[in-house]
Amino acid sequence: MLARVGVASLDELFASVPAGLRSRAELKLPPALDERALLRFAGSFAAENANVQASPSFLGGGAYHHFIPSAVDALASRGEFMTAYTPYQAEVSQGTLQMIFEFQTLICQLTGLEVANASLYDGASAVAEAALMAARLTRRTRIGVSAGLHRHWRQVLDTYASGIGLERVTLPLDASGRTSLGALSDDLAAVIVQSPNFVGCIEDLGAAANAAHARGALAVAATSEALSLALLRSPGELGCDVACGDAQSFGLPLSFGGPYAGFLAAREKAVRQLPGRLIGESVDSAGERAFVMTLTTREQHIRREKATSNICTNQGLCALRVTIWLALLGRQGIRRLAEQNVALASYARRELARAGIAQVYATPVFNEFTVEVPKLPAVLERCRAQGLQPGVPLARFFPEHANRLLVCVTEMNTRAQIDALVRELAA
Amino acid sequence: MTAPGRSGLVFREPLLFESSRPGRRGVPLDPPDVPPVDAARELGAELVRDDVPDFPELAELDVVRHFTRLSQWNYGIDSGFFPLGSCTMKYNPKLNETVARMPGFAAVHPLADERDLQGWLALACELEAALAEISGLDRVTVQPAAGAQGEFVGVRMIQAYHRARGDEKRTRVLIPDTAHGTNPASAALNGLEVVEVKSGADGIVHPEALAALCDDRTSALMLTNPNTLGLFESHVEKLAEVVHAAGGLVYLDGANMNALMGVAKPGHMGVDVMHFNLHKTFSTPHGGGGPGAGPVAVRNPLAPFLPVPVIRREGDRCVLDDEFPHSIGRVHGWYGNAGIWLRALAYIRTLGAAGLAEVTARAALNANYVLESLRGAYDVPHDRRVMHECVLTDRRQLAHGVTTADIAKRLMDYGYHPPTIYFPLVVAGALMIEPTECESQETLDGFIEAMRSIAREAETEPGLVTGAPSRPVVRRLDEVRAARKPRLRWTRSG
Repeated sequence: MLARVGVASLDELFASVPAGLRSRAELKLPPALDERALLRFAGSFAAENANVQASPSFLGGGAYHHFIPSAVDALASRGEFMTAYTPYQAEVSQGTLQMIFEFQTLICQLTGLEVANASLYDGASAVAEAALMAARLTRRTRIGVSAGLHRHWRQVLDTYASGIGLERVTLPLDASGRTSLGALSDDLAAVIVQSPNFVGCIEDLGAAANAAHARGALAVAATSEALSLALLRSPGELGCDVACGDAQSFGLPLSFGGPYAGFLAAREKAVRQLPGRLIGESVDSAGERAFVMTLTTREQHIRREKATSNICTNQGLCALRVTIWLALLGRQGIRRLAEQNVALASYARRELARAGIAQVYATPVFNEFTVEVPKLPAVLERCRAQGLQPGVPLARFFPEHANRLLVCVTEMNTRAQIDALVRELAA
Repeated sequence: MTAPGRSGLVFREPLLFESSRPGRRGVPLDPPDVPPVDAARELGAELVRDDVPDFPELAELDVVRHFTRLSQWNYGIDSGFFPLGSCTMKYNPKLNETVARMPGFAAVHPLADERDLQGWLALACELEAALAEISGLDRVTVQPAAGAQGEFVGVRMIQAYHRARGDEKRTRVLIPDTAHGTNPASAALNGLEVVEVKSGADGIVHPEALAALCDDRTSALMLTNPNTLGLFESHVEKLAEVVHAAGGLVYLDGANMNALMGVAKPGHMGVDVMHFNLHKTFSTPHGGGGPGAGPVAVRNPLAPFLPVPVIRREGDRCVLDDEFPHSIGRVHGWYGNAGIWLRALAYIRTLGAAGLAEVTARAALNANYVLESLRGAYDVPHDRRVMHECVLTDRRQLAHGVTTADIAKRLMDYGYHPPTIYFPLVVAGALMIEPTECESQETLDGFIEAMRSIAREAETEPGLVTGAPSRPVVRRLDEVRAARKPRLRWTRSG
């Protein structure tokens, strides 16, 4: 091979790199490991993490421990899916393309909206992109954001919005734990409300949509717990213009926060302002149905600095897992699973109340709720010593609420675990 | 020649929604051992939906066959040679998947007590240290979820750096005409103006051309090196000098690090900020379009602007540090595409320093071998030795009415994934070929023979090429029709 290339050594291949730039020494990296040693190395790190399969967890707050049927891993591991790339060449990418078309359809059905893109990085980037899209659609530069939006998502929104000079106005939560919509100004591009919100309360999205529309703003519904869409009235049905969020609950492992899959859905008329990839139906030269990337003139590889977003790589494999998971659960399964979450959370709330642990809000919840636990920091230490993760201490996000705990109960929790949680929190 | 492909049974497969049958169920879900509740009563009827109309109803076996059949319509690296230029389609070691699935990683909640996340945090620190060493830069954040998000973060940090010094008027980003489309899009997302830098006839950027565009409005140069023509920007030190003299910084798009690892460090070239694409250089699966990861490396003066939380060591522990008053903020809902970090670190640790340097050398050998072997059959727009990828054009075939798109489609009939086409934009009819280090000489020879055969067909039987492909599951797609009347979802009414 060297002879055909016309060089005497591999080193000569790099003749175009000025000599002064060539590294003289090897990289300073630890010695190479073979497969056995690498597994031991990785295992030693894994052992230093708390694992929700090994010990009970009531952690939620934007990442949820849900059931993942075995078929999800088996199918998503197929090399033809995993080792393909962006379906630029449609004829040899029909598997990915049809799957994303199905993903887009499933997201439309769940959100009650008309078009959905092929996924975004995560729920946070989906909210940020939704805000940017609303600004383009309305030509306005202020965004109303509920204080019930996930704190991290708000921070990501701030990072993106400030880049192009969009102002953010915070809409506070009222005593019921829902967004206060009374004082909206007339210059908002969007009103962004998360439901269920960060403290667990189910918002009145219909009221949010009406309030937004009365001011000429778009109503954007966000959700971090996508399973709630299986049971709650959809954002589209309630009049929202855009729905966005994270689909992690649908078959994506917790994995320390990523990779997950952001989704973004909107009304048909907004389609040319949607960011990210879109897959459309077409035909091949023989007239057979086939799928292809479409409306690509919105995208950076065609439009460069005039694109609707800079996104290129999205979360294809995560969207695949979501599509498989939703297909396996199906129409009845997603409903049943959502109802099980409501039943388990309801049981936990009742038992906690009986043990004297008060709910902070009376508003209906899906599978997450906020409680006030006396001397919470000490309780947390006691739980940790027993290998129990009782919930998310909200002081992490709101220092003024030292004793508030956000508890999430899913179908992965048993009655015995809930009973143990109640004992620990009430002790 | 004998194509590596032969016919097999490829199934038709309708959409999930079309196979759906009322009442059919996938996985069983036994009720929990708590009293059932009526959701409408528990939450209020006004909050609860009746149903998700037309949602699929399928048995587990239906679903398994559905996705197995769809997978068979795809072409991945596991299927065959995938020389998609600029995307570095190298083999994705299965070991790395095993690691990512360990419950000690996969079943870890991001809001667990920091003391119970020490494995994940230590691993992030270890990856950051390895990337700092490979880049020759000082600090790394693994938070960006993909290369484009890395670009956004890098450019934002550069802006923050200028502003912190009271330098408010730097609003222009200089970007060569060979750059990926994400570069200008990421600059625009930061509210900056894009100024294109023309590359020379030899395919690289010249200091004089750059100097003419630099002034006190220059925020940064975004350079890809080697560039998308596979050429090393050999004036890089001078380019950096020019930008620095004007008060700007140098950003490196690290998409092509597979040509530099162990051979040269961006930090030594005057680069101030760069991003990596872990799914390119470090073998994490491309997944049909992500997830990727786009860590960003910077020099120390830019460290105060890193996105939060910063992951760092403090004594014998690792911490998530939010106390960075000058930080550009957060770009990911959590800490990044963590599962991707694991795979990349596993790759780095299984290869070690010598292994990574060998990857680079072999990638360059393979690219040059393909270039030299196809020189006789295809036009070579920039006649120089390349690094990790090479660019050919359809100039000779155009005389017979055969275009780059036709050549790409015909390659499918021969059993290969096409190269990247019509990119970079500065070359008309570009075919951008990146073989990667993973491929054997036999595989390359097979591809070369297919390309030569297509060049002959273009002369003797052009219809074979312009009518391609005939062997994949579908024939050539009508992209215009898809865009004219977009149909982006299935509906019962059609």
